[in-house]
Amino acid sequence: MGKVSQRVVHNFLRHDKKFPHVWCAGCSNGTVLGTIIRAIAEQNLDRNNITMVSGIGCSSRMPVYIDLNTLHSLHGRAIAFATGIKTYKPGMKVIVVTGDGDCTAIGGNHLIHAARRNLDLTVIVINNNIYGMTGGQYSPTTPFEAKATTSPFGNFDTPFDICDLAIGAGATFVGRSTAFHTIELQKMIVDAMEHKGFSIIDVVSACPVIYGRMNKKGGPAEMMMAMRDNSILNTAAEKLPPEKVEGKIIRGILKKVDHPEYCERYAELCTKVKEMQHE
Amino acid sequence: MARNSQKPELVLMQGNEAVAAGALAAGCDYFAGYPITPSTEIAEILAEELPKRGHTFIQMEDEIASIAAIIGASLAGAKSLTATSGPGFSLMQEGIGFAKITETPCVVVNVQRSGPSTGLPTSPAQGEIMQSRWGSHGDSPAIVLYPASVKESYALTIRAFNLAEKYRTCVILLMDEVIGHMREAISLPDISEIKIINRIKPTVPANWYKHYDENQKYLSPLASYGEGYRFHVTGLAHDQHGFPTNKPTEAGAMMERLEKKIVHNIRDLVQIESYMMEDANIAIFAAGIMARAAKAAVKIARAEGLKVGLLRPLTIWPFPDDAVRKMLKNVEYVVVPELNQGQFLHELRRLVKSTTDSKLIGFQRVNGTLITPTEILQKIKDVL
Repeated sequence: MGKVSQRVVHNFLRHDKKFPHVWCAGCSNGTVLGTIIRAIAEQNLDRNNITMVSGIGCSSRMPVYIDLNTLHSLHGRAIAFATGIKTYKPGMKVIVVTGDGDCTAIGGNHLIHAARRNLDLTVIVINNNIYGMTGGQYSPTTPFEAKATTSPFGNFDTPFDICDLAIGAGATFVGRSTAFHTIELQKMIVDAMEHKGFSIIDVVSACPVIYGRMNKKGGPAEMMMAMRDNSILNTAAEKLPPEKVEGKIIRGILKKVDHPEYCERYAELCTKVKEMQHE
Repeated sequence: MARNSQKPELVLMQGNEAVAAGALAAGCDYFAGYPITPSTEIAEILAEELPKRGHTFIQMEDEIASIAAIIGASLAGAKSLTATSGPGFSLMQEGIGFAKITETPCVVVNVQRSGPSTGLPTSPAQGEIMQSRWGSHGDSPAIVLYPASVKESYALTIRAFNLAEKYRTCVILLMDEVIGHMREAISLPDISEIKIINRIKPTVPANWYKHYDENQKYLSPLASYGEGYRFHVTGLAHDQHGFPTNKPTEAGAMMERLEKKIVHNIRDLVQIESYMMEDANIAIFAAGIMARAAKAAVKIARAEGLKVGLLRPLTIWPFPDDAVRKMLKNVEYVVVPELNQGQFLHELRRLVKSTTDSKLIGFQRVNGTLITPTEILQKIKDVL
């Protein structure tokens, strides 16, 4: 199983071109990349028909390593670039890989509007609670009182819950998993890609080198174990009293509804307009 | 048919309408934009026309998203357009730089209004002469076209698409508010007579494809997402395949390529109108609506026996250095009327021999009103 799985990953990597990668040892980005590849391979899709778009940041370096149509765009604008690709070629599967800062700070506006439109994108937010590439500044998901280079006395700002934000904005598929739960995450990515409409997955991730070190979270292994121990499936959480769930990361598909997708509605509009012309 | 096919029908059109019509004639099949006066008519017309053709119109959440969307669409194969005005144009600058470094064709229309900031909405101004050249950070040559009439708005929109496709870059069409909203009777050419340039498509097998092929006279074939080439696009300095690089040789080659594809093709890019310049001893250098006022001034001056001519750039970037040098050699004075604080004048100063040269006479106005032909004529008489 392990060997077969590795071959799958190898098959999708631009291994002869742009390796070694830029990520630090212990970073979750590689784990998530492997999981995305397995999720794509599982669906047997034509990879010429998949585009991966990212913004700027550690996680946004991902597209260069994967043998798909790839676009490493501008900071915060991945979803807006992806909107251009998807609305011009609705048959294209478009995956957006982004980080917490890229997606919810500078790119927050594009996130909520793509969710509102219910545009058929799959957004994977690798949420490590920090700006890694610039050296560790606090992001919109840095927990209250956590240390970062720009919150040396602890973060006094209030963090976003990315899933709540997406649900509020009208996303039709919202899920959360972690870099520890790769089997669960792989299935969730498949579900998200198969979902017709805007899907987003908040992937709780570890930045051991900066966030972990500044906040005394231990090494990569300790941070992975924390993901395992401090998280709970939404279906299990529902059965527990609130005090037992407090402070835990809630995993699972938190919203999945059917709603007309943007490109489908636009195609219908075009048909209607053409019919009006012929009348 | 009763109608004479040699004489096409006249239509009454606004400059902005002509831009929309020109875009459709050029094969524009994607528009993303955000409402802003005085450019909004372009979006409104395309919102009606593109769905009829089964093509995409999308109103984005802001101008940053608009430029991003048209670049994304272009990478997927679209001939894409956005239209905006000053504040939106400022927001688009980072995206324009991205289109240039990634050599992705697209067209941005900026119907200028008074600035800075919200300025005088929406009085005319020509404040983005320099921003359209230097607005995005870093060095990147620009192609910027500047129409002076409704008919030319149509023609230069088509040319903007052609140049974007040919040179694989973001081409900017600078409009004056007055041209955008002015109505003129124009005859549209027959669609079959319009020359349309489309990007060259690669014919090589996927593993031979280079997204930036320097062996093609800087104008290399361009694959689209979904065609089997699976290329990488990044705003980082990149090699010929599009993969990021830190090597000085590769980064330097990329920058050189961006510059050379404009500089080496300057004759194809530059367009100027020379009006009554043969025997002129005073020249007016102006673009857009100011060139129209200048032309009227030339006519009055000529009637009064004054040897005045007009040099008008239709392509303002790359700057028509040769034509300007020739003009400077042949005339005693050059009057430069413009609706800004001397942006063209500044560029002309680069081409005079000495900085103390008194040949150049600036004439600037930034209060939201135009400079009239009579005022230009008076300026000429003051000089004499």
